[in-house]
Amino acid sequence: MMNTRILHIATNTFREAVRDRVLYNLIAFALLMSAAAVLVGQISIQIERLVVINLGLTAVSLFGIVIAIFIGIGLVSKEIDKRTLYTVLSRPVRRWEFIAGKFFGLSGTLVVNTFFMAIGVFAALAYVSHHFERSDVGILVALYFIILQFVIITALALFFSSFSTPIFSAIFAFWLFVIGSFAQDLRNFAAMAHGTTGLLATGAAYLIPNFSALNVISQVAHGEPVPHRLILLNTAYVLVYSAAVLSGAVLIFERRNLK
Amino acid sequence: MIRSRQVTAIASTILVCSMASAALLLHKVDQVPPAATLQQMLYISSPKLLKRLCLGYEGLLADIYWTRTVQYFGGKHSQGGGTYKLLWPLLNITTQLDPHLIPAYEFGGTFLTAKQPEGAGDPGKAIELVQYGTQNNPDNWRLYYDLAFIYYDQKDYRHAAEAFLRGSQLPNTHPFLKIMAAQMAQHGGDLETARMMWSATYRTTHDKMIQANATAHLRAIQVNEDVTALERLVQAWRDRTGHFPGTFTEMVSSGWMRGIPLDPLRHPYRLEYGGRVVVSNPDDLPFLDKGLPIGHIPSAVPKLSPAN
Amino acid sequence: MPAIEIVDLEKIYAAGFWRKRSKRALQPLNLAIAEGEIFGFLGPNGAGKTTTLKILMGLVFPTAGTARILGMKLDDPRMKAQIGFLPEQPYFYDHLTARELLRYYGQLSGMDPKQLSRKVDTALEQVKLSGSANVQLRKFSKGMLQRAGIAQAILHDPKVVFLDEPMSGLDPMGRREVRTLIEELKGQGKTVFFSTHILSDAEALCDRVAIIHQGELRGIGAVAELTASVHGKVEIVWQGGAVPAGIRSMGAECHSAGDTMRVILPEENQDTALEALRREHLRLISVVPVRTSLEDYFVAQLGTSAKSEAVSPGT
Repeated sequence: MMNTRILHIATNTFREAVRDRVLYNLIAFALLMSAAAVLVGQISIQIERLVVINLGLTAVSLFGIVIAIFIGIGLVSKEIDKRTLYTVLSRPVRRWEFIAGKFFGLSGTLVVNTFFMAIGVFAALAYVSHHFERSDVGILVALYFIILQFVIITALALFFSSFSTPIFSAIFAFWLFVIGSFAQDLRNFAAMAHGTTGLLATGAAYLIPNFSALNVISQVAHGEPVPHRLILLNTAYVLVYSAAVLSGAVLIFERRNLK
Repeated sequence: MIRSRQVTAIASTILVCSMASAALLLHKVDQVPPAATLQQMLYISSPKLLKRLCLGYEGLLADIYWTRTVQYFGGKHSQGGGTYKLLWPLLNITTQLDPHLIPAYEFGGTFLTAKQPEGAGDPGKAIELVQYGTQNNPDNWRLYYDLAFIYYDQKDYRHAAEAFLRGSQLPNTHPFLKIMAAQMAQHGGDLETARMMWSATYRTTHDKMIQANATAHLRAIQVNEDVTALERLVQAWRDRTGHFPGTFTEMVSSGWMRGIPLDPLRHPYRLEYGGRVVVSNPDDLPFLDKGLPIGHIPSAVPKLSPAN
Repeated sequence: MPAIEIVDLEKIYAAGFWRKRSKRALQPLNLAIAEGEIFGFLGPNGAGKTTTLKILMGLVFPTAGTARILGMKLDDPRMKAQIGFLPEQPYFYDHLTARELLRYYGQLSGMDPKQLSRKVDTALEQVKLSGSANVQLRKFSKGMLQRAGIAQAILHDPKVVFLDEPMSGLDPMGRREVRTLIEELKGQGKTVFFSTHILSDAEALCDRVAIIHQGELRGIGAVAELTASVHGKVEIVWQGGAVPAGIRSMGAECHSAGDTMRVILPEENQDTALEALRREHLRLISVVPVRTSLEDYFVAQLGTSAKSEAVSPGT
């Protein structure tokens, strides 16, 4: 049973985002996919599918991440600026419920957004290759992983916005995304160090969100299967990592004086 | 007074438990076969595009790709090799990002050339890589040596000698290159040449994997010589007695040899039916031409035991 | 049991980069507000009014002291279902309509979904926004937003209503409407706690007021009680051009417009002044008590510097 207050806050966050023309990015995305489909058909013989999948999924990922960061960082600070948070918290709403509601609301927005973008990718794919292959199921897996990325980014943006200004939140969240994309390399580097340095580096490397295993775009574009084990592990990882980040956000936000 | 201790306690517990499980799961994710997760290294497979995208930080990116290359090769190798499909693209990107990364050429020259499962078995790409290296680092004799080696491995002794000669004309060259140029021109296919090549490789590199590879080759050459000599001895026994010896012990007790002959890993050679001399544990000795038991299937996992 | 009970409430903010310096926003404050009372919380900008309200709403945590509303702790959800709050200069969600906004708040307050629509309509009616119920809030004027804010504060029929500067940013018509609304709330038996820096509002509405300055309580009581200690003034206007010697000797400043003269005097001098006018046969036009009694108290308490701030029209 879901707490109805969380549900209402989530619904309202979704509604605000949709009405704030967040979904307008879909127009840009549709244009990009159409242009790509037409151009690719003419210039890259043989690898049309590859290019469309690579380009499409990369665009889905980047569009979503930009949205997740730029809405996520404002989720708390905007409500303070407009003093709406005060009217919410003076009701029987706990602060952690507010954080949870915001998180689910933005995640939901991104899932819907991704759904429409996914249709665009498949449409472009159908246009250039006139058929679907069995291995195209992999695209769904890649899209699922992209959504998992959004979930972590949303949680991180919300975490930073629970104590920092929007600008700093955006910078922090974006940097963590960039660093997290190299998470595996960082763990490799850390593993090479020894002693206390190695221990500290390894600890830090494990704290960084692991975006590298969530990116299977190129693999999928080549029609290679994604191991089921990886799907399972990534899902579990994103769930616990987001839970940890959100708990951090709650711990900070519970203590914050809303001046 | 207002802060809810309950929320704090629950949130703290979730935070600690979740972070711990996240680290644990990450550890498991890292253990999923690299083929699954390493493809993304080539997310952008055009070095030129990558160079533009990295906004001038090529050096760092090259180091990252170099680390990935070594990790990829090491990971695949310990799992039993394979096609090393990504070895060339990774090395290509690495060297395009930083054309002065000498270890990459040395590493690539060796393992792109080596046949599967020890390497990618693509000498053409290896030559391309090292030639790119010599163009960008014309004063480095080591790269000419690597180039010569690849030609030598292809039994193209003329090109090998040429590469050695060019390398030997550099201002700060190693005197050994001149000797090798001559040796290659005259005795390209000799076992002695091979021994000189591999021991030089061993002496001039700092890369542990390349050293191990050279050691394995030197051992194989040793086995080759041992087996040739031993089989000649066994043939002589037969010429004298009219039959093959049953065991080496028989030959030792008759005074034909001082003790049971040992291979480079100090394991005894064995005498098989028909006067064949074989090593007792062929899995430990890759690259053998001679001395393999009949019907021996080379292990998928080559053992490059540490150099000694 | 008082509706609001504040005991030794104190707030010190850490300031500066390393949080070494501290700023005292609220001295230990004690207040008890009875049920059904309209209580005015007066003070110039930055006096600590908003800080007090934020502590009561659980938005800011006090450094020391306690407070209870309806006998319950400040983080008690049962209490929060029975209070309403209007923050200072609210903006609300731009892309919602007034009706959607109120529905959302009603849901958060845990209102019965079956009654929600009806209650939303009632609240919109009360603040005269029924005509704009389906307009998005970004198209609202400041005054309309303020009224939407009041609607959300009274929507769920709360027992105690907290209003932070409810009259600020409103035109004279809007102010009168809000006054009427607060009087209606009193009529319904609700407790109203509102902060303001506009004295006339407090004087017209409040059963009791508290005056706060620099985080410190300077006075508390019924308006009449507070003003009793301060003598009022009168304005006398007459025609005839001359200023009688009896008035001039009082030292009061005279203003003239043509042959109409105007003077403001302390109340106790009124009789003497009128006597002087009669003696000179000047034509008396008006004698009006100057209604600045609470302001006078305010000035007496806070000094003139605070006065200029306190009486400046709301922003």
